[in-house]
Amino acid sequence: MSINYHLIKIALAVALSLLICGPVAAQSTETGSFKKDKEIEINFGVPVDQAWAQNTANFSVYEKPDPDIKVPIESVSLDARKTSATLKFKDALNTSSEYIVEAKDVTAGGKILKGRVEFLVKKGQVQVLFGIFLGAMLINNFVFTKYLGLCIFFGVSQKKDAAIGMGITFTIVMVLSAIMCWALFSYVLQALHLGFLKVIVFIGTVAIFVQAVDTMLRKVNPFLFKKLGVYLVLIVTNCIILAVPLINADSGNGPFASLTLGLGAGIGFALALFLMSCVREKLEVCRVPPTFQGLPIAFIVTGLFALAFLGFSGLAIF
Amino acid sequence: MNRNATLLWNGLIPENPIFRLALSLCPAVAVTTSVKNGLLLGLAVVFVQVFSSCTVSIFKSFIHPRIRIPAYVIIIALWVTVIDMILPVISPDVYKQVALFVKLIVVFAIIISRLELFASKEPLVPSFFDGLGMGVGFTFGLCLIGAIREFFGAGELFGYDMLGFKPLLVMILPAGGFFVIGFIMATFNWLEYKITGKLPKSGGGH
Repeated sequence: MSINYHLIKIALAVALSLLICGPVAAQSTETGSFKKDKEIEINFGVPVDQAWAQNTANFSVYEKPDPDIKVPIESVSLDARKTSATLKFKDALNTSSEYIVEAKDVTAGGKILKGRVEFLVKKGQVQVLFGIFLGAMLINNFVFTKYLGLCIFFGVSQKKDAAIGMGITFTIVMVLSAIMCWALFSYVLQALHLGFLKVIVFIGTVAIFVQAVDTMLRKVNPFLFKKLGVYLVLIVTNCIILAVPLINADSGNGPFASLTLGLGAGIGFALALFLMSCVREKLEVCRVPPTFQGLPIAFIVTGLFALAFLGFSGLAIF
Repeated sequence: MNRNATLLWNGLIPENPIFRLALSLCPAVAVTTSVKNGLLLGLAVVFVQVFSSCTVSIFKSFIHPRIRIPAYVIIIALWVTVIDMILPVISPDVYKQVALFVKLIVVFAIIISRLELFASKEPLVPSFFDGLGMGVGFTFGLCLIGAIREFFGAGELFGYDMLGFKPLLVMILPAGGFFVIGFIMATFNWLEYKITGKLPKSGGGH
């Protein structure tokens, strides 16, 4: 038992150090940072000339994938110490992608210091991951805006207990299957150029994994197994579980991004289930028009939830 | 032949997968912001349903009952992979919008339930017509929802401008899909109540 405990600690330490070192390792070149969605701040390290810095022709900015499409700069301003400049843009930048700022003939004290300096501007990894998490949980909630997992959502949301248990089971299965499918996809399928087989491989992986959870839970915690037993098998044929690895594969997410997407989607789904079960428990005692009883009224309630979740669009913390 | 016609009709209205059986609801909301999207996904479902019904019907004596579900899933996944390679060639623009759901046809409950309930017991020809009927019924459902949402949300049909203005923008938004399906289901219930005099029992919801 103690060996297992140590193994878990070591694995956690490695994971954490990767997470923290990721952005640090990338800072070997000159970097800048997004201030708002229309501003980029770059730091020269030495005081530079005001007249040179304020000439926007000295700077060119583009997104890393397309160097030919320049982003128009509105104005450049220096801070009080003259070491860092803030570039303002007319249009909002896409802060989830990477930008390159090129400065030519950097001038200080009337002399040209360097012919050309490149600054890489991107978000830190933790910020990106948090963005993915928040996006999957609230902004693009898998139930209310991506319409995934509706079968389970309408089938299991009648009682609060079942909804909570199901939400937790789903979150666990989603996180673990997301990371397993990521490993399979990047180390086996992509390496062998078999990307088109991903649907078959992913559904097989999820099915095997659910079977394993089923067997383990039966031995480890029979009480929980009895509570979830019926729903566990349903997880296999559910679009929400399969969608997470498919989205990960299509958008080329790395291991941590895959994990975060799975976690966000799982918690978002659990949240949706819980909210819906609360409303449906109240609906039991309401007088619903007879033709609307059952699924039709559940759909209308879900529509109202979806309207409310629309309010989360545009939510960004970093 | 008469029975085959009945099977086709059965899938279209009396056992419509979306409105009556309440199966495979996710794509019914997700891709129906326009008729075109609904039609393309519907055609993909017809293809997968017909071909996997036929495959299961031919090979039913070789599939051991204990491993039938994994076997069905693999058969469906096979045909989904095929259609996922065909569709981008036929209509690349529309495919981009429904790409995720084309792959997710694997887990549409309607397909596996038809294999389990029908194709695994019946010979090839009735299985073909049952698959076709269910697929066409599904396409009909998607197109109906798509038409309502596109007409009211964007004032268009099949991408052609009908009204010149947008009467109800909410119909295109995520919430609109839920409202439309809720109201259509209630209408179906009401029609049945008017015709037969009793309310149908609500679908299971898988």
